[in-house]
Amino acid sequence: MEDNLDETSQPELSADEEALVKEMPALTDVGQARRTFLGQSLTSGVGLFALMLLEKEQALAALSAPADAVFAPAAAPENTIRIAMKVNGAAKTLELDSRVVLLDALRERLELTGTKKGCDQGQCGACTVLVDGRRVLSCLTLAATLEGREVTTIEGLARGEQLHPMQAAFIKYDGFQCGYCTPGQICSAVGLLEEARRGEASHVTENVTVNTTSLTDEEIRERMSGNICRCGAYPGIVAAIKEVHSGKETARTWRFVNDDELARVRKEWQTDETV
Amino acid sequence: MRPFKYTRVSDANAAARAVTANPNAEFLAGGTNILDLMKEDVERPNELVDLTRLNLADIKAGPNGGVTIGALAKNTDTANHPLIRKSYPLLTQAILAGASGQLRNMATNGGNLMQRTRCQYFYDTAMPCNKREPGTGCGAREGLNRIHAIFGWSEKCVATYPGDMANALYALEAQVRVRNASGRERSIPIVDFHRLPGDTPEKDNNLERGELIVAIDLPKSNFANNYYYLKVRDRASYAFALVAVAAALDMDGGRIRQARVVMGSVAHKPWRSREAEAALSGKPASEQTFRSASEAALAGAKPLAHNAYKIELGKRAVVRALMRAARLI
Ligand SMILES: Cc1cc2nc3c(=O)[nH]c(=O)nc-3n(C[C@H](O)[C@H](O)[C@H](O)COP(=O)(O)OP(=O)(O)OC[C@H]3O[C@@H](n4cnc5c(N)ncnc54)[C@H](O)[C@@H]3O)c2cc1C
Ligand code: SF4
Ligand code: FES
Ligand code: FES
Repeated sequence: MEDNLDETSQPELSADEEALVKEMPALTDVGQARRTFLGQSLTSGVGLFALMLLEKEQALAALSAPADAVFAPAAAPENTIRIAMKVNGAAKTLELDSRVVLLDALRERLELTGTKKGCDQGQCGACTVLVDGRRVLSCLTLAATLEGREVTTIEGLARGEQLHPMQAAFIKYDGFQCGYCTPGQICSAVGLLEEARRGEASHVTENVTVNTTSLTDEEIRERMSGNICRCGAYPGIVAAIKEVHSGKETARTWRFVNDDELARVRKEWQTDETV
Repeated sequence: MRPFKYTRVSDANAAARAVTANPNAEFLAGGTNILDLMKEDVERPNELVDLTRLNLADIKAGPNGGVTIGALAKNTDTANHPLIRKSYPLLTQAILAGASGQLRNMATNGGNLMQRTRCQYFYDTAMPCNKREPGTGCGAREGLNRIHAIFGWSEKCVATYPGDMANALYALEAQVRVRNASGRERSIPIVDFHRLPGDTPEKDNNLERGELIVAIDLPKSNFANNYYYLKVRDRASYAFALVAVAAALDMDGGRIRQARVVMGSVAHKPWRSREAEAALSGKPASEQTFRSASEAALAGAKPLAHNAYKIELGKRAVVRALMRAARLI
């Protein structure tokens, strides 16, 4: 599609595009005339993708209720469902549009933004949470199916100020860089520990007819393959899980700088800048 | 995602009735395939009938030394059930080769059989696709078809069935038990469950509208000692197969009494090779025997523009899977 556009021109819309515009009644509410928006987005090469994003934004806007009104119904009255579940130990009752997945319910309604949205379609693991103690993907879990279930997110792992051993181990072994995948990695790792305790097998288990409760690095890698890390923090992740799983502490290979060292480095920087 | 009505049912007949009554309703099990496709606007049901509360998750000994697996049992629980690990380890391996830990904790056996193709054109609503929209043409036939079929395809559709579990179920000659709205049950031999595309690629399988899978019945198996599920993919884990092989041998000393060879991700359904099985039966287990079986297995392959590699890959995968099954490597 053309990049150099005349912003005032009105592109012709196909029948499909016209139909789409009509299907989006609330577009004017976001402060832009529908036709202009569509024209811009289509000519700018973003096209239907942008429309989908916008549609999503509106759906999310409809989702978010005031913080003190968790019990209030979301805007869309059609197909509203009411569910009662436990989230990090607390009973929650939500009224939601039937389309809402657990990931969006957590982030947009319960203000639990620790759980991250990566791909939104099961391909990255960033949204991993525990449901009744088992690791699942919240982006492909319809909230409506969770009546009576117990959800644990990254926010629910620590006991007050006391980090979950897996959280502490991730810090100790530098199991992250940007941290975006980390809540999913940690929840996944916590789920994995239980699976290993039950003796569950994996794709790399040599003999699946016998129970395997002690995991090699290769086993940990395979069992964590559902969590992608764009920063490639995998060695630290495996080391962290290995320590918690085996209960054998390994020496940390790094430490935090102390105040003196920090001051020295800062000074060096300053001298560098003046050169 | 388009709006839909969420319906919770308490028994199997009610579920079948609900989907029979509404031509735009679909069952919801683990949701890992249907919700993905709804987000992509490929599937557009106006009602989802939630099966997850149905009492169909048991795995128990069946008649005549077999085992019955509930349709709503999770993939993880099926793969790790003591009865399956002991008597059908090929099935355990196949399930564990699929998806990820999280997805297998969600995915059900019924939903796994019903999963749709991973053809990129099927997923992209801007592209023509006879499976998604009959009559629009097949984007992959003359397009990028590296992951597509080398067996049994038609001019209308060259997609593959992408799943792993079913490849083992074909080798184990499972039966799929289904129930309709009036409560009548029938058993479909797994080999007749999925279809070839022919002129109706929109139909993946031979389920009638509204029929609910209630169980998978496994007959007594002689393949608990010599088996191997080999999956070849673009990365080591968490990816669909380019070629998979479910191999099972019933051994009498060094001689093969009976063999099963099923290839995955090469056709619109798991591809059982009777030719390879015939080339194995009565023969000594050796690399030479396996090589001739692999030639027989791939002899009828018809590649597309970008997937001729699947033929050589398929041959090598068949040999390797059989070598592992025979414990020669
Ligand atoms: C990122 C990713 C990677 C994956 N990798 C693999 C892989 O490597 N190998 C593999 O085999 N699979 C893989 N999968 C697919 C996964 O295994 C399937 O999505 C899953 O098995 C479907 O089961 P479900 O219970 O979630 O089905 P759902 O999504 O709930 O349902 C799927 C379909 O089956 C129908 N259905 C469900 N239950 C029944 C029933 N009892 N009777 C009749 N119809 C029913 C539904 O109506 C729907 O049309 C992957 C999926 C994802 C998202
Ligand atoms: S191969 Fe089948 S699924 Fe893929 S585009 Fe062609 S018709 Fe559609
Ligand atoms: S956001 Fe759920 S798997 Fe990527
Ligand atoms: S730490 Fe950045 S994606 Fe994993």
